[in-house]
Amino acid sequence: MAPIIFRDVSFAYEGNTVVSGLNFEVNGGDYLCVVGENGSGKSTLIKGLLRLKAPHQGEILTDGTINLNEIGYLPQQTAAQKDFPASAYEVVLSGRLSSRGILPFYSREDKAIAEENISRLGISDLRKRCYRELSGGQQQRVLLARALCATKKALLLDEPVAGLDPVVTQEFYKLIEKINRETGLTIIMVSHDIHSAVRYASHILHLKNTQVFFGRTKDYVDSEVGRNFLGMGGAAID
Amino acid sequence: MSIQKWAGISWGWGAPPLISILQEMFSYTFLVRAVVVGLLVSLCAALLGVSLVLKRYSMIGDGLSHVGFGTLAIATAMNAAPLMVSIPIVVLAAFLLLRISENSKIKGDAAIALISTSSLAIGVIVISFTTGMNTDVCNYMFGSILAMNKDDVKLSVALSVVVLTLFILFYNKIFAVTFDENFARATGVKTGLYNILIASLTAVTIVLGMRMMGAMLISSLIIFPALTSMRVCKKFKSVTFCSAAVSVVCFFIGVVISYAVVINNNTLPTGASVVMVNIAAFLIFGAVGFIKGRIKT
Repeated sequence: MAPIIFRDVSFAYEGNTVVSGLNFEVNGGDYLCVVGENGSGKSTLIKGLLRLKAPHQGEILTDGTINLNEIGYLPQQTAAQKDFPASAYEVVLSGRLSSRGILPFYSREDKAIAEENISRLGISDLRKRCYRELSGGQQQRVLLARALCATKKALLLDEPVAGLDPVVTQEFYKLIEKINRETGLTIIMVSHDIHSAVRYASHILHLKNTQVFFGRTKDYVDSEVGRNFLGMGGAAID
Repeated sequence: MSIQKWAGISWGWGAPPLISILQEMFSYTFLVRAVVVGLLVSLCAALLGVSLVLKRYSMIGDGLSHVGFGTLAIATAMNAAPLMVSIPIVVLAAFLLLRISENSKIKGDAAIALISTSSLAIGVIVISFTTGMNTDVCNYMFGSILAMNKDDVKLSVALSVVVLTLFILFYNKIFAVTFDENFARATGVKTGLYNILIASLTAVTIVLGMRMMGAMLISSLIIFPALTSMRVCKKFKSVTFCSAAVSVVCFFIGVVISYAVVINNNTLPTGASVVMVNIAAFLIFGAVGFIKGRIKT
């Protein structure tokens, strides 16, 4: 049984169905990219995965090896964070919060895990810097380190490269790929960047208020949906 | 303008002037009471203020102080203990404001304006039916150092200690909820609960400080220290410590100035003096931050 299974799931806001017919499963170590146009239900799917929104119909099953509270989440940045006075280290350490329960303070182990993830992402030199003074790419790395602190199983990334320049974007994709390969973390990424999605992901889920395609990336590239969507993006795939 | 007290500062004879003023001040027990409560309230306000300002909730503090004014007027009309009536109602208003700003069709800032002007209006009506517009009303609005009696002091100290303890115990969670509510919620933190915690602690702090600082001015204790320390500090922890220190120091200086300066046989109003000192601190820290930024680049 796969760690995360969606069975006939649909989500609705005030009775209006936003996305329906979700039938897919994510296995340990998969790299799933969720693609689709604006308003196709991607953000709603994320809320569902994080248990912030209950399905209208159907069910989301887990096999017990993964607790949905233990998904490392990299949300889109909010306006309030842009001028937030906090050091990178403070932000990363806050990823350990879920391990605390009702205990008020972080343990030595929590701090060690934060340090480990800081050095894994190569941001040791930023740890004392102020978050608001970092570049967009550096901020994303800090938030990724925080997400890694929160999980041993799966990362959920919501448009992680939005607003980053092309060079930093490619570096970020390589970093995610490396994490996926080396640690076996399951990656679920919502992305607009279809070309990078087919280059890096192992599976594609294409939404258009319903599930248009789910399967391996190479099958997606050969499918009609995939060819159309990739064609719309312009450039060919190498 | 009477200059006797200024004279003490400027040319003082006998004991060093500042010390003699402090000695004189603290020989009055009511002043000692007021300063103790004021320092505790400024400390609580500054700590909560960091989170409120960063969450863009500054106006909630202001709205709650207006609600406080309304409840104070009603409490006086009913001859009830003001803190006992005000605290539960203002905490309730804090819940309501959070609810409304989170999920209603009237957006946050508009909802706050609605609630704060409504309670101000209710307060003014109640007052006009009972005492009429007199000095007491002026004291509600702009604060009076004489407002605290012994029971108030006991309650204020106890509640301030509760606010401080809860803040320390939940410091890490408050940081997480302030920095990134979505992430915190995704990792299983009950963010709604912490928002309510922050709002109700704020409500308690506002009611405690309101009669001394004045309903119109109390929210400055929440907003100024946080903004002041953010000019210079770069870490959440240092911002928190710095605004606590700034707030306490500014309050103390403000009270001393309000006692020492006498114009037309009136001392300066305490609340306004404290705010003026806070403005000065804000400008100084702003300049320091600006210069620091220039040096770096």
